[in-house]
Amino acid sequence: MIRFDSVSKAYPGTTRPALNSVSLEVLKGEFVFLVGASGSGKSSFLRLILREETPTKGEVHVLGQHLNSLSSRKVPYFRRNLGVVFQDFRLLPNKTVFDNVAFTLQVIGKSRGFIQEAVPDALKMVGLAGKSNRFPHELSGGEQQRVAIARAVVNKPAILLADEPTGNLDPATSAGIMTLLERINLGGTTVLMATHDVGIVDQMKRRVIELISGQIVRDESRGGYQTSAVPVQSFGTYSGEVAR
Amino acid sequence: MRLGLILGEAGNGLRRNVSMVISVILVTFISLTFVGAAILLQMQIGQMKDYWYDRSQVAVYMCTAVDNTGNCTLAEATPDEIAQVQAELESDTLAPYIDRWEYETHEQAYENFQSQLSDSPIASFMTPDILNESFRINLVDPTDADILIESLSGLAGVQEVADQRGYLDQIFSILNAASYTAIGVAALMLVAAVLLIATTIRLSAFSRRRELGIMRLVGASNRFIQTPFILEGVFAALIGSALAGGAIVAIVQLFVRGYLANSLGPTIGLVGLDEALTVVPILIAVGAALAATSAGIAISRYLKV
Repeated sequence: MIRFDSVSKAYPGTTRPALNSVSLEVLKGEFVFLVGASGSGKSSFLRLILREETPTKGEVHVLGQHLNSLSSRKVPYFRRNLGVVFQDFRLLPNKTVFDNVAFTLQVIGKSRGFIQEAVPDALKMVGLAGKSNRFPHELSGGEQQRVAIARAVVNKPAILLADEPTGNLDPATSAGIMTLLERINLGGTTVLMATHDVGIVDQMKRRVIELISGQIVRDESRGGYQTSAVPVQSFGTYSGEVAR
Repeated sequence: MRLGLILGEAGNGLRRNVSMVISVILVTFISLTFVGAAILLQMQIGQMKDYWYDRSQVAVYMCTAVDNTGNCTLAEATPDEIAQVQAELESDTLAPYIDRWEYETHEQAYENFQSQLSDSPIASFMTPDILNESFRINLVDPTDADILIESLSGLAGVQEVADQRGYLDQIFSILNAASYTAIGVAALMLVAAVLLIATTIRLSAFSRRRELGIMRLVGASNRFIQTPFILEGVFAALIGSALAGGAIVAIVQLFVRGYLANSLGPTIGLVGLDEALTVVPILIAVGAALAATSAGIAISRYLKV
């Protein structure tokens, strides 16, 4: 589904690469958390999958496509197989909920009939069936994120990328969003989610990939936000020592 | 569905940017009017050349008793000398270039002079014998006049060989200068129009950058993303060029046909509605092509994937 072969990404003007020789494989139907501090390379990782960037070194394969050599003309068609959700929702403020979701289908040339069927389905799936004529500013943050998720999955993508989708939401709302993502995952969609939310990662017990300074330091199935090998207390002691 | 959506997007852009769109319309209008005027002036020059060159002649002036310029020595050209020039005109070397010629005697010259300048006080001083006798030659191709001038100027009894096109060329060079000025102004205005269109499109793209970001994210093709913007530029420019076309037709109809034709008389071959109507599609094509190109270049930076 997604394969990285010793991928490095360095941005011009910096000596330290954003990703340093990262190799991994994500299989179909997996639910993967991507954790790590800000600047650890999570976003670069997602951008490489989306082909918003090309790697400086190494090979990226997504959905059977070799992204290094994918021509820019074909990139739009490749992206139709991916869904993306962001922390800041990125809805269009002047369009209704229905139109926001329909917009993605319109711009890739789906027929009116298809849109009339697919959009209500997607909205029902995220639990917003009755709010299709509302505008984004009339909705709560959690509801806006559900619209964004409906928009991401309405075209039945094989992979859903989520960049801190709960970053702006309170824990209860976040839990609802996670239930939704889990349900989408059960439907066969591979979900890749970058997050800082300790509670969610610990609770879900899914595969966890941790990045530090652009390198994978941990890749555990059924892992927590922090590795069990290094107890939380030891960090506390460590910082205590530094303070002393 | 897609077409409707694309047109809708273009319409939204136009509505959102009304003031910029109006300025694009005005600038293309003015610049293309200048382009059209320049083309019309060139057509006018061509038409006048056709008309006047056909009627223009090369005159071989023979000496009179009062001339001492050219080959003259204050003596009237002898019949032998006149016959010599006539023989040259009928020779194998010159005959192919000559359409027809006639000889103007002192008396005919005097009559022509009197009829053309009857109001002038000079007319009363003139006598037939100080007006040159001359050969009036119509050439097959008026641009071959130099051949005659070269071969006839040296003959005895010839005062001067004059190409009447020389007088016309001054008029044409004035008209030419006017049309180059118009082209120069038009070029400057067109540069302004192109930059203005590019700025307008960039502004429009900037105000829609959220949509553009989402479009790129969900995999809208580049063509789909850029078409509304190009249509927006082309639409504004088309209105401008249509206005310019209207202005050109109006200028020809009201000024050239209405005013100039009346005051200059029917002899001068003025451009008419036919010429104006050939200019209009040129203007519209130029306007649309420029707008499409500059809008396409302006939007391309938003399409990098």
